[in-house]
Amino acid sequence: MKRYSAFAIAREGLRYHKGWERAWGSPEPKKRYDAIIVGAGGHGLATAFYLGKNFGITNVAVLEKGWLGGGNTGRNTTIIRSNYLQDPSAAIYEKSRSLYETMSQDVNMNVMFSPRGVIMLAQTHHEVRGYQRTAHANALQGVETTFIGPQKVKELVPIINLEGPRYPVLGGLWQARGGTARHDAVAWGYARACSDMGMDIIQNCAVTGIETEGGAVKAVNTSKGRIETGKLALVVAGHSSDLAEMAGFRLPIESVALQALVSEPIKPCMDVVVMANTVHGYLSQSDKGEMVIGGGTDHYNNYTQRGSFHHIEETVRALVETFPMMSRLKMLRQWGGIVDMTGDRSPLISKTPVGGIFVNCGWGTGGFKAIPGSGWAMAELVAKGEPGPLAADFGIERFREGRFIDESVAAGVAH
Amino acid sequence: MLILECPYCGIHADETELENGGEAHLTRATVGASDEEFESYLFARANPKGVHFERWRHAYGCGKWFLAARDTVTLEVFATYCAQTSEPPAEVLKAIRAKHPDWEGSA
Ligand SMILES: Cc1cc2nc3c(=O)[nH]c(=O)nc-3n(C[C@H](O)[C@H](O)[C@H](O)COP(=O)(O)OP(=O)(O)OC[C@H]3O[C@@H](n4cnc5c(N)ncnc54)[C@H](O)[C@@H]3O)c2cc1C
Ligand SMILES: [Zn+2]
Repeated sequence: MKRYSAFAIAREGLRYHKGWERAWGSPEPKKRYDAIIVGAGGHGLATAFYLGKNFGITNVAVLEKGWLGGGNTGRNTTIIRSNYLQDPSAAIYEKSRSLYETMSQDVNMNVMFSPRGVIMLAQTHHEVRGYQRTAHANALQGVETTFIGPQKVKELVPIINLEGPRYPVLGGLWQARGGTARHDAVAWGYARACSDMGMDIIQNCAVTGIETEGGAVKAVNTSKGRIETGKLALVVAGHSSDLAEMAGFRLPIESVALQALVSEPIKPCMDVVVMANTVHGYLSQSDKGEMVIGGGTDHYNNYTQRGSFHHIEETVRALVETFPMMSRLKMLRQWGGIVDMTGDRSPLISKTPVGGIFVNCGWGTGGFKAIPGSGWAMAELVAKGEPGPLAADFGIERFREGRFIDESVAAGVAH
Repeated sequence: MLILECPYCGIHADETELENGGEAHLTRATVGASDEEFESYLFARANPKGVHFERWRHAYGCGKWFLAARDTVTLEVFATYCAQTSEPPAEVLKAIRAKHPDWEGSA
């Protein structure tokens, strides 16, 4: 693989950009791999990357039914933060946030990580108390956050209206090291690095069945034929129940639609990320100038990648109240993704009832930020067959044992 | 916008008037049930791609719980029916099979 660098751009500029090579291969599947990962979203690709990088396992295929990054990884509003309440969450999300800081170097692709700071607005007294509690918890966990008052919020976000009629801004939880990154580049960067390690990334290859023998995985059937493996990682977000059914077990997961939208591009007006959880609105400005807006989830099971319009209305109504200048903006595009919700709003990085099959799912509305940390932890689980310290608390058995990692109370919603 | 007919008051209610209550026809785990049975009742879900039986409440209408058979891939509604039943009635299954002749039934 030729390395990307400023020098490479200059060199190619002098020869009509004819020297760029394909970023990743497009091989036909082999008969057998040491490990197969289903799903070429960020989490599947990061799992493959760390299987190679941390454990030297490179006879790996990543199977993707569509195109890589075409699932939630390419549909999200890219907010990265680690200010969660519970210790196991803070540990994995903080690991992930710190890996984002060096991701561009690690994979040799500019993922445009922008640690511009994230504010979660407190717009009710309940939220003020909740975020103060989170700030204290974060201090103990070694995650840098502070609770700030309304004046400081106004300094950071001049376009905000502190005196909204329904939900005045009473303060906020500020994580200066949070931010955003370019979602496609995260998927592409890992794909390119994995391909370079000799792994096969196979697009347009849907897994349609899972073969087991004596309680352990033997092979997968796909739209490109049968492929054998001894280790199978299911990393398919909203489609996890479907794959689990192929392997003969159920998951504590429900799939629902989550939507986002972007406005027309405007001049720079906001250089931090703002989340307003009470009213379900999330906002940042992209480098192109569009306001990128995340909304709420529909409340019924859905696989259509479309959401209900009234959620868009709710989100926009709330944002206009808090950011009056938004009322003048035209919206350009709206889309949805199918997110995988667990009962405690925390993910699964887990063994399953079938030997050799592992799941990584349940990131729901907030797993973009977790991609590198999740891949790191999942690779260890797949390589060793047992979870390491980051994944240990995220096993499926927590639902039987009542050991929930409850982030639903903590955030109300999560992104 | 999802629109369901409430089988009690006959109103075609849109989703802003309704509350979703998750998978229907689950057998409640109760006194003496094992941890596995509680886990399965409380958390494990079919979450199928296709025919889904689910609970709904006509929250901003008559307030009653009812059941619906719906397709999670096409968003088509096959039928809504009263909640006083432990399995889908024959005419609901017929309505599903009319659209999906090879449907194998819910697990
Ligand atoms: C609108 C929206 C906004 C969001 N905003 C944020 C945010 O601001 N911050 C944040 O941290 N998170 C956010 N999220 C959540 C985040 O996008 C997801 O948690 C994350 O991208 C999940 O990554 P993944 O790799 O697990 O899944 P995906 O990227 O969905 O990848 C799964 C892949 O599996 C493939 N697949 C499925 N079935 C099969 C099969 N049978 N065979 C082969 N392949 C299959 C799919 O095609 C897909 O490409 C948002 C999500 C949405 C939808
Ligand atoms: Zn009614």
